[in-house]
Parts: sequence; C-alpha cells; structure tokens
Amino acid sequence: MKDLIFGAIGILFGITMTKSQAISWFRILEMFRLESFHMFGIIGTAVLLGIPIVQWMKRSGMKSLDGQSVTIKILPLRPLRHLLAGTVFGLGWALAGACPGPLFVLVGNGYAFVIVVIAGAVLGTWCYAKVRDWLPH
Amino acid sequence: MLNHFLHTSWHWSVSGAAIALILFLLAWNGKVFGVSTIFRNFCGLAGARDSFFRFDYREDGWRLFFLAGAMVGGFFAGILFPDTRAVDLNPTTIAALADWGIAYPGADSQGRGLFPDELLRWNNLQAWLIALGGGFLLGFGSRYADGCTSGHAITGLSHLQLPSLLTVIGFFIGGLLMTHFFLPYIL
Repeated sequence: MKDLIFGAIGILFGITMTKSQAISWFRILEMFRLESFHMFGIIGTAVLLGIPIVQWMKRSGMKSLDGQSVTIKILPLRPLRHLLAGTVFGLGWALAGACPGPLFVLVGNGYAFVIVVIAGAVLGTWCYAKVRDWLPH
Repeated sequence: MLNHFLHTSWHWSVSGAAIALILFLLAWNGKVFGVSTIFRNFCGLAGARDSFFRFDYREDGWRLFFLAGAMVGGFFAGILFPDTRAVDLNPTTIAALADWGIAYPGADSQGRGLFPDELLRWNNLQAWLIALGGGFLLGFGSRYADGCTSGHAITGLSHLQLPSLLTVIGFFIGGLLMTHFFLPYIL
C-alpha cells in the first residue's frame, strides 16, 4: 500500500519533470550557457517554497503519517570535497544533458536509449565505491 | 479546454511549486527527496558485495516505486498528453546549436525539443561514448557528493545547508566547464 503511494508521488514527479521541460537536453545546454532563466526559475521556486516547508518540519517535529520522525542527513562541512565532487557531477550533468531524476522520466517519454546513461551512472557509482578511500573527503 | 490544459507545458513557477510539493509529500510519508541513491541500490540489487551497496528494503524499497512512477508519469505527460510545440529555446542558444551543426528543433524528430536524435542512436559510437561517459560522471559525482540535484539543489538548499550550497556551486563549475570548453569539441 505504502509502495503504491510512492509510485503515485513518482508519477507526479514524472509529469512535473516533463511539463516543466526540465528533461530537455536543450534546456540544460541553455541553462549552462546562461541564456535562459527557465531552469533557474524552477529550482529557485522549489527552494523558496522548500525552505519554509523544511523549517516547519523541523520546528514542529513533524511526524510522517506512520509516526516516524523525518530527519534529513547533515554532511560535515568539507569545502574541498563538496566543490570537487560537485564539479565531477556537473561535468556529467552537462555532458549527458540530464541529471539523475530526468533520466528515468526520459525513458518514460519514449527515449529508450537513455538507459545507456543510467547504466553508465551505475558503473560510475560502483567505481566510486572502489576508489573512495583514495579521494579527499 | 481540458485537453488544451493537459497538453500544455507549465510555467517555471508552477513546476518549482510542484517540486516543493513532492518534497513535502515524500517527507509526509517518511522519506527524504533524493534520486541518485538509486544507482547505489542497483549495484546492491545486481549483487555487488561491498557493504556500501547494501540494499535494505525498508529504507530503499520506496525509491524503486518512486522511479517506476516517474517513468509512468513521463509516459502520461510526454506520450499520452505531449506538448507538441518544441521547447521555446533562446534564439542565441539555437544559433550556437546551428554552429555545431545541430538544427533546432529539427534535431529531435519527436519535434518536442527534448533530445537530439543523433545522441540517441543505438548504432552511433559517439552517442554511446557520450551516454556512458556522461552517466559515469553523474554516478561517480553524485556518490562522491552524497547527492544529486534533488538531494542537494532542492532538499539541501531548502534545509539551508552550506555543504549543499558548495556542492551546487561545484555542479555549476563542472557544468560551465563542460558546456563552454569541452562540449564544442565533443559534439
């Protein structure tokens, strides 16, 4: 039952990513060329509305429907690691022309070849686990 | 009227509000919005033995349903009720694409301005290299960063976390480097 709820929220996510045009390879190129406000508007609105939601969750100690408390993981501040890791991800975001969520939505949109990108991401994740002890964290 | 509504793309503010709603709905059901952990789950499900990949159904199972739903949602919004007009790209971007030999919106035979066909051809080695290379960096980078756009740019920034802000700055350093220095030679 619970799993169906997550499926339903996922459907809303897929519809949102498609109708927002955030799954467009061209929109991502346009964003990184700083030639459109569109993508910044989407992320900016989500964060502006997300801030009061998260603050309210924290202050009210909001419990999930089944009574668990919801905690967002907090990372220790390691500026070099964040910038370096973010840069690696950003290179991939611009090369693939999509970030992880939209990859799945693109497959649903009929762009089946995008599963190759997903396969590459699984491979990258696996390799990270192999070399993580040698990377600055 | 309803039909027109179902086919129309959304204004960025509506899209952003919908993402915030998704963040809330997931939290209300006990989960934190973040997509890239799925790649780690896939490794675990595929049998990778490193404890890093341990798949715990109670903790991770929801993500499989969420992303299966994302595909269904993409099918609804993109195949059943597509916006048949191509994305209204900035003319400057369109001119730059033309310089690279990519016609817009013609390069996407679906006519929706979502993805150039050339980068999605099963028999095109360049498409494979870009897809695998881009995917590799996404997977490696998101695990190294402990999150992707959803976990850091949406959830982390909403949580006012400095580590997430630095990570998002990194996203743009990488994205700007790729787009301005490497992509013109790759495409």
